[in-house]
Amino acid sequence: MIRLEPRNEVSKGLLYVTPVIAIGVTILAGVVMFAVLGKDPIRAISIIFLEPLTDSFAISEMIVKATPLILIAIGLSFGFRAGVWNIGAEGQFTVGALSGGAVALALYEVEGFWVLPLMCLAGALGGMAWAAIPAFLRTRFNANEILVSLMLTYVAVLLLSVLVYGPLKDPEGLNFPESRMFHPAATLPILIEETRAHVGFLVALAVAAVAWVVLGRHIFGYQVKVMGQSPRAAGFGGFVEKRVVWMCLMISGGLAGLAGLFEAAGPVGQLVPALPVGYGFTAIIVTFLGRLNPIGILLAGFVMALTYIGGETAQIEMNLPSAVTGVFQGMFLFSLLGFDVLARYRIRMFRTARTAPLAVQTAVGE
Amino acid sequence: MELAVLILQGIIVAPIPLVFAAIGELVVERSGVLNLGLEGMMILGAIAGFSVALDSGSLVAGIAAAALAGAIAAGIFGILTQVLLSNQVATGLALTIFGLGLAALWGQGYSGESTAPLAKIHIFLLSDIPIAGPLLFAHDPLVYLAFALVAGVAWFLSKTRAGLILRAVGENHDAAHAIGYNVVAVRMAALLFGGACAGVGGAYLSTVQTPFWVENMTAGRGWIALAIVVFASWRPGRVLVGAYLFGGVTVAQLHAQGFGIDIDAQYLSMLPYLVTILVLVLISHNKARVSLNAPACLAKPFFAPS
Amino acid sequence: MTGTALLQLSGITKRFPGVLANDNISFSVAPGAVHALLGENGAGKSTLVKMIYGVMQPDQGEMHFDGAPYAPARPSAARARGVGMVFQHFSLFEALSVAENVALGMNKDAIGKDLNRLIIEVSESYGLSLDPARFVGSLSVGERQRVEIVRCLLQNPRLLIMDEPTSVLTPQEVDVLFETLRQLSSEGCSILYISHKLEEIRTLCDRATVLRGGRVVADCDPREETAKSLAEMMIGTSLSFPERQEPDLGDERLVVEELSAESPDPFGTDLVDISFSVRAGEILGIAGVAGNGQVELMEALIGERATEDGAIRIDGEPVGRQGPTERRRRGMCSVPEERLGHGAVPDMSLWENVILSARTRKGIEKNGFLDLGIAHDFAREVVDTFNVKTAGIEHTARSLSGGNLQKFIVGREMLQKPTVLVILQPTWGVDAAAAADIHRALQELAKGGAAILVISQDLNELMAISTSFAVISEGRLSEPRPTGSMSIEEIGLLMGGVRSSAGKGASAGKGASAGQGAAR
Repeated sequence: MIRLEPRNEVSKGLLYVTPVIAIGVTILAGVVMFAVLGKDPIRAISIIFLEPLTDSFAISEMIVKATPLILIAIGLSFGFRAGVWNIGAEGQFTVGALSGGAVALALYEVEGFWVLPLMCLAGALGGMAWAAIPAFLRTRFNANEILVSLMLTYVAVLLLSVLVYGPLKDPEGLNFPESRMFHPAATLPILIEETRAHVGFLVALAVAAVAWVVLGRHIFGYQVKVMGQSPRAAGFGGFVEKRVVWMCLMISGGLAGLAGLFEAAGPVGQLVPALPVGYGFTAIIVTFLGRLNPIGILLAGFVMALTYIGGETAQIEMNLPSAVTGVFQGMFLFSLLGFDVLARYRIRMFRTARTAPLAVQTAVGE
Repeated sequence: MELAVLILQGIIVAPIPLVFAAIGELVVERSGVLNLGLEGMMILGAIAGFSVALDSGSLVAGIAAAALAGAIAAGIFGILTQVLLSNQVATGLALTIFGLGLAALWGQGYSGESTAPLAKIHIFLLSDIPIAGPLLFAHDPLVYLAFALVAGVAWFLSKTRAGLILRAVGENHDAAHAIGYNVVAVRMAALLFGGACAGVGGAYLSTVQTPFWVENMTAGRGWIALAIVVFASWRPGRVLVGAYLFGGVTVAQLHAQGFGIDIDAQYLSMLPYLVTILVLVLISHNKARVSLNAPACLAKPFFAPS
Repeated sequence: MTGTALLQLSGITKRFPGVLANDNISFSVAPGAVHALLGENGAGKSTLVKMIYGVMQPDQGEMHFDGAPYAPARPSAARARGVGMVFQHFSLFEALSVAENVALGMNKDAIGKDLNRLIIEVSESYGLSLDPARFVGSLSVGERQRVEIVRCLLQNPRLLIMDEPTSVLTPQEVDVLFETLRQLSSEGCSILYISHKLEEIRTLCDRATVLRGGRVVADCDPREETAKSLAEMMIGTSLSFPERQEPDLGDERLVVEELSAESPDPFGTDLVDISFSVRAGEILGIAGVAGNGQVELMEALIGERATEDGAIRIDGEPVGRQGPTERRRRGMCSVPEERLGHGAVPDMSLWENVILSARTRKGIEKNGFLDLGIAHDFAREVVDTFNVKTAGIEHTARSLSGGNLQKFIVGREMLQKPTVLVILQPTWGVDAAAAADIHRALQELAKGGAAILVISQDLNELMAISTSFAVISEGRLSEPRPTGSMSIEEIGLLMGGVRSSAGKGASAGKGASAGQGAAR
């Protein structure tokens, strides 16, 4: 008989080891899955998980994909610690791209060092505004932020689509539903020549560093932890739930909005209906895989980016559907959540020792 | 007149996937578990139902496969949350992401194909009644099953001992354990039932309503079904009201586009989501009432003291 | 002895990680006996009865019931043999009706057709009136206990286990309960009565088994023992209670005036027009049955819920609108009733837990940033000063035993040198020696000029340490009086909701109905 026993102390070591185990198990599950699909499993795994690491262009693309994931995930990690479940980062990402992009389009051909910072500000504010809706509805009307923020994602994607079909459509274009390309002054400087890796990545690194300090050394980080683990104790400590809810949603909304603007003003360079590609959802996995910890999220962001790049390569080389990426990401999260039990509980094997014969109670009990 | 009947028929059928998913989730939540993976289970049911129906030529087999797929997905969720005690919110999200990915992978070869529609049951004589006949008595069996399921769940929860035990587990799992009920077993059973329902709901979408397979075809219905459970204050009868409110809005916006109302289609498409939010706000704002109706142990982990 | 025993335990042993909860326990319960299981918190009583009721199974040893081997794998098996149990923390479902709650606790085949009628019949024949249709959430604590008892009685038990049944009852309700138990015993039902209250056991029980540290230390007839001799068996060492000195009262530090507050919890208690003041050097004790507004009062006092600004004043300053942090800055510290999850965050380490309430007064927080060094030092100081048994301040609050966590939390608040201290159940779960230490520390704090408010269900504790005394009932507070000027009867009536100021008529009415209930 197997029994779980809570540990006196969450095992710090296992907390770091379990994500690695989870990745290993996911790869094993992937082998099985590819075998079932009739694809060469070893080749598929090596294309997805190894080849991108040996190719410098692929690495730069990983930076491109990891940047929004890290930014969004760090924002989400505050809320997830506090029990504020912002599931609509995808929507905030979209609105951030939209509002920042609108600034770029409005100031088209205006040159000035301040254009880009203004766009960033608009992007972050757009994301915050979108996140303010669930924040307001939860704090004022007690409405579940999971459902509200998620519903708003669908609305945001439709909003983007309607605007690029209409007011933001490229006036010189061929009536395609897309905005014009942003002016060079309104696009992000490139980090590495000849690639799409942009300075947004440096921002993501800086945000991770700040988040690390705030979580470990600032009262807000402490507040967020207490609120998530024990709301009543938070009240005893003098922390106000509504304020924490607002702060968490503003941080995650703002960072998601910024990530959206970076995407529009970076690798994409314009507003198109297909701009939201699911970073907001994948970032949820990144957040958990990174253990809600900024440094962990940096690493997890790269692992997830790897599955994107690898998935794309596998799509081209082995004719695997791009959905493979989603399956892997889901399996990651499953196995991580499953193995977490090791860090929180001790697993004990028991031999059921009963001196009294088992048959007795059934015999007499009936 | 003909058109009106058609539209009304559409309104009756449109919310059926929501009814299935929401009534299943309602049972799950009454047992104290929050499974946010509804969307993932629905989409898995949609592709399982579609692919099996197409390959076997039997819609019944397709629906059964969908129920099984949904139940398996719910079983994974159950093992993670009930046995390994993982966070229910995170696990539910993982299930949704996993389900969407796996369904897309599975459905790769099925795009563009179509299944034969499910035969409608014309109830003898009654279906010939003008207007009311086609509206009420000429639907496919799953429509009747959905209604029967709602009635069955209502009866189960309020009139049977098993239903009482299920509610007790959702209300106070420690007390239920102390009296001697197996909390984990009750919750697993509820989860499997909820998963099967969600699977059938998804399959209804892909095999009966559309009937073809498109990636992400559930388009947030799983989430709307979750909102319907809140809307229904965890009471089975009100699930129908909720589902028809949302279903009605969806059909209405489709027809509004057809009637050439001069609003961009996207704005109309936002309506079901915005209505969901609105209703959620209206229902939730009375905190005391929600806490009175909501199962007290909803989403709380249960660790059996040895 | 073996031949006549209804229940016999031999060599029962149960281990938990790191604890030997029951060590080779043997005793037997005679048919129709009211048998006490006496011991301190943590002596292993609850573990033992859970094994008898089939909630858990012993690692070693065996049990016999009615002469036949008895090893219930689950409570339903125990019930099928005729063993019923009333839990200390009721296993009731607030959102379900009385009848549904009763049905849940019975084995399936034991439920007859007309459960409602049965409930009314049984409850009336034992003087425990109950309405089967009511929701348990709307019942008082005493009524809830009746639901548990009726649930057991409907199965015609041969052995009824009662786990600390009186800790939540008023003295009058206790009388009614004892009548019921005596009636049952006279009808041949044995009762296993778990308690640590000596007087109760002396009045009610005809046999007692005393547990200490998981072992049987004595088996006696409690009617032939004195309270003192029972206490010595239970505790093992002789006790010293703090000497009470005439208080030297200073200015009013905490003033509460016409405090009313609605409870946000639908099953909670509203506070009605509460007024009192606590002076420097004074210890005001507030007694009352659990669930009569104690938690709500504490939440209002410490700032977890805002009230009228002027309703609460600290050193003359209105603080009703301020949060806990501002009130701490003004000198108010507090110990809530629930340790794990309210007074401390279960999965945070001890040093992180000191930040929760001591960050302002100990200077851990500066401009929003935390000085973790100070937090570590202060946590160590608390552990050392209050003799908290833990392997280190890195360990989580959850890993501490109940009593040690209580010492930690009490220490964390007291070492902040508060000028006003609000403390609920100060010695809940700690052993007698530590309780005496906490009492002494409270009195020293008061002597140093602090105003202390102690809210407790333990009347003996309040009598021992408080200088003045009041009773809370249904959200109303009686007028504080000097301790010792009230009789136990008076206090009991107040706890039962009879206000001394409400005139003779009301009190006579209530008293009469309680008496009637007992007589029936």
